Amino acid sequence: MSTNLISTDVRGFVFENLKPYDGDNSFLSGPSDKTQKLWKECQNLLQQEQQKGGVLDIDVDTASQIDSFPAGFINKDLEVIVGLQTDQPLKRAVKPAGGIRLVEKACQENGYTLNPEISKIFSKYRKTHNEGVFDAYTPLMRKLRTTHVLTGLPDAYARGRIIGDYRRVALYGIDALIQAKTADKNSITGVMSDEKIRLAEELSEQIKALSLIKKMAADYGVDISLPATNAKEAVQWTYFAYLAALKEHDGAAMSLGNVSGFFDIYIEKDLEAGLLSEQTAQELIDQFVIKLRLIRHLRPNEYNQLFAGDPTWLTESLGGVWANGQHKVTKTSYRFLQTLYNLGASPEPNLTVLWSEKLPESFKEFCSKVSIDTSSIQYENDDLMRDVGCYDDYGISCCVSRMNIGKQMQFFGARCNLAKALLLAINGGKDEIKGLPIVDGIEPLKSDVLDYDQIKQRLDLTITFLAENYVNTMNVIHYMHDKYYYERAQMALIDTDPYRVMAFGIAGLSVVADSLSAIKYAKVKVIRGENGLSQDFEIEGDYPQYGNDDDKVDLLAKELVKQFSQELKKHHIYKDAEPTLSILTITSNVVYGKNTGATPDGRKAFEPFAPGANPMHGREHSGAIASLNSVSKIDYTDARDGVSNTFTVTPRTLGASSQEQVENLSSLIEGYFAKKAQHLNVNVLKKEMLQEAMDHPELYPQLTIRVSGYAVNFVKLTRPQQEEVLARTFFEQM
Amino acid sequence: MLKVHSFETFGTHEGPGIRLVVFLQGCLFRCKYCHNPDTQDLEGGLEVTTEQILSKAQAEKVFFKKKGGVTFSGGEPTFQARELLPTIQALQQANFNVALDTNGGIYNQWVEQIYKIVDLVLLDIKHIDNDQHVQLTGHTNINTLKLAKFREDVGKPMWLRLVLVPGINDQQEYLHRWGKAFQDYKNVERVEILPYHELGKYKYQQLNLPYPLEGLKPPTMASIKQAQKVLESYFGKKVYIR
Repeated sequence: MSTNLISTDVRGFVFENLKPYDGDNSFLSGPSDKTQKLWKECQNLLQQEQQKGGVLDIDVDTASQIDSFPAGFINKDLEVIVGLQTDQPLKRAVKPAGGIRLVEKACQENGYTLNPEISKIFSKYRKTHNEGVFDAYTPLMRKLRTTHVLTGLPDAYARGRIIGDYRRVALYGIDALIQAKTADKNSITGVMSDEKIRLAEELSEQIKALSLIKKMAADYGVDISLPATNAKEAVQWTYFAYLAALKEHDGAAMSLGNVSGFFDIYIEKDLEAGLLSEQTAQELIDQFVIKLRLIRHLRPNEYNQLFAGDPTWLTESLGGVWANGQHKVTKTSYRFLQTLYNLGASPEPNLTVLWSEKLPESFKEFCSKVSIDTSSIQYENDDLMRDVGCYDDYGISCCVSRMNIGKQMQFFGARCNLAKALLLAINGGKDEIKGLPIVDGIEPLKSDVLDYDQIKQRLDLTITFLAENYVNTMNVIHYMHDKYYYERAQMALIDTDPYRVMAFGIAGLSVVADSLSAIKYAKVKVIRGENGLSQDFEIEGDYPQYGNDDDKVDLLAKELVKQFSQELKKHHIYKDAEPTLSILTITSNVVYGKNTGATPDGRKAFEPFAPGANPMHGREHSGAIASLNSVSKIDYTDARDGVSNTFTVTPRTLGASSQEQVENLSSLIEGYFAKKAQHLNVNVLKKEMLQEAMDHPELYPQLTIRVSGYAVNFVKLTRPQQEEVLARTFFEQM
Repeated sequence: MLKVHSFETFGTHEGPGIRLVVFLQGCLFRCKYCHNPDTQDLEGGLEVTTEQILSKAQAEKVFFKKKGGVTFSGGEPTFQARELLPTIQALQQANFNVALDTNGGIYNQWVEQIYKIVDLVLLDIKHIDNDQHVQLTGHTNINTLKLAKFREDVGKPMWLRLVLVPGINDQQEYLHRWGKAFQDYKNVERVEILPYHELGKYKYQQLNLPYPLEGLKPPTMASIKQAQKVLESYFGKKVYIR
């Protein structure tokens, strides 16, 4: 009962036909006239969007579905690839099935009023995911949520993170896919268990979605019934499939997968046949990327505080290696990176390089160069993920979550705030801010000087309790999500019986590791308020800090991850999914910090956490590699949803000449991944950013400047010194 | 046992590739522009064994690839030459590329040994004029020039470095003399200009010391370019700016 035959063929098709490219970037072309003109129009729109406070327009009268908007264009004559989420570029759609109140709020905050008819339908006649979840939440679950022990639960909007195999539409055409899913549905026979009934209903939804995708394409004058026959069709049809998903859902991350190799096969064929030139090939990719850069979701302000910068995480994974050792770099991998020059730097689509020691040197160097020029690439360890994941046709969902394309889905959600877990342990199971009792059976501490064994015993109990209730909460959310907000368009492009994971997360790892280290190796005294709750901590003496390649504390971090991961495995998970764990926060580390009292590592109340698995800023005393080495000790097999690490440098910290910078960055990435680390965000600071840091130092607490033999926290310098750094840091090579 | 001020695990300005830079404690010079005054005194610092340095280098080996390695800097690393020599030998035995970032102010049998074996010498010639050198650093440049010649005779690679300080060593005359002195050396792989900067100033405040170059501005872009041009005319190759 599975469409395995078809999905295997996408991988097989790409494997059989892919032409790996070992050359350099000299073949690349600039943007075509059409692209330049089109992008200019888009830039105007983007500017208007900015001027209007971030949202250009909202269609408040249409509940968005695959086919609910007429065809929309930016400028029909200039568009090579067509298709918008609504009838106008950057006009945002409402998706009330996730939760009606959130949509009403987002409209209101932007000066719009949701059509009362839609409000009425989704509050009176049609139940939403949000309502379903809250109907089933227990009082404890609500408490974990309001005390921010669990944060970012997708209980009011789409969970996202699912990647459809959008290539299938181009490779097979919609009709064949409908046929295959219909066959799957018809194979459900015998006693109708809950499970079978649910599957039958889901398959019907998938089949409907496929028909609607076909209809939506037809609205644009394109017939996608049969397989694509050239490059333009392959890109266009893949995009329609993806667009359908983006019209129905607003998950925080709705990633693309790995389409570049697939596109390359068609492009190579058309180049050979003389149907495309390098410039028109690049035009296809540039224009596809323009479309991705215009993807928008309607968010309430509260959400934007959690994820600054209106991100969509349209992640496309480039490079990587087949199981047989042959790399997958193609000219189209280069063409995707080239969009960052042709259209300028951009965080979206989220270009992700699957790095392997087997990638051609010229590609590694080009990636490093693009990183230095644009800061727009992230890197993930292909050698590690291919090995652990046992499948070579995968992509990255969101930032670090590895997904087999078309053969896997995930139930994503939220993070458990580990720093708050520690504070629960210290406060007899009560939340440190409101004093709400949360964990039973945690004895109050006997002394105000913290004893490592006593704390560890209480923390273990707390973690056991939280892991269990995190699983329970997620089970509720995903049951309701499937019931009321099912991703029919994406699931239609995934095997009927996929491998399922449930992706959990933890935040505040470095805070807790350092806190435990402080308790163990220094003397930490808790300062209590009148209510008896911890208010602050006094530390006497030094303690080993995570980020300096010191096993004493690094192994505490590693063990915490292992412990949490093992606790998750003890519990029943919805649809028999396997639990995975991420150590990932992108910008939300600030908000987690805001909701968390002072911690025993010396972090003051409400101060930000470090992002992801990063060490706390200002605590790395021996440079970047010691810091990378610390993070690399976290075992990826304990955190298979990803271990995120953000590396920030100025170009000159990487070396004196641009050639040295490229080589050193490339060596840095390779070395980090040789240590079996999983992910590296490379952030090469630009002059503008330093200038902004001078005006808004509060936004850049961890900005470190390194010149020869010298490191300093940028925001602590006097203004003239900052100006000098600015001049020096961006000193152009002569 | 070496006295170490600090480690920089991602050194990219102290020799080729990615390097573990070991900043040793203690320096005989008292350069007016010193940006690490906290390393001058031999007192203080961590006591570190050869094994500890080896294990740090091992932890970083995968990052070094073909070019990178370990650089001893300071302070002045030859201030502890006797203790440093066996550490360098141990690192080389374990196949690490080892560089020495030095001002050449100390000349003794252990320094000679180090200059014979180390893979790269980064020699900082602070002033070509002996009197001016004394003024700037408190010591003559005799040993520095002797060691430059010694390394040339050993025949192993050397990078020459000049910290360019306005009004002190950026005058035409001195730049020409600096270039002329080494133009015929065959082992000079690379010449680097390190423009003076004021970023060490705050450390003087922390140490409660007066800043010797108070009021002096870093060199302008034009004067850096000018110096680069002069030196390039002697060495016939690109002079790098750090």
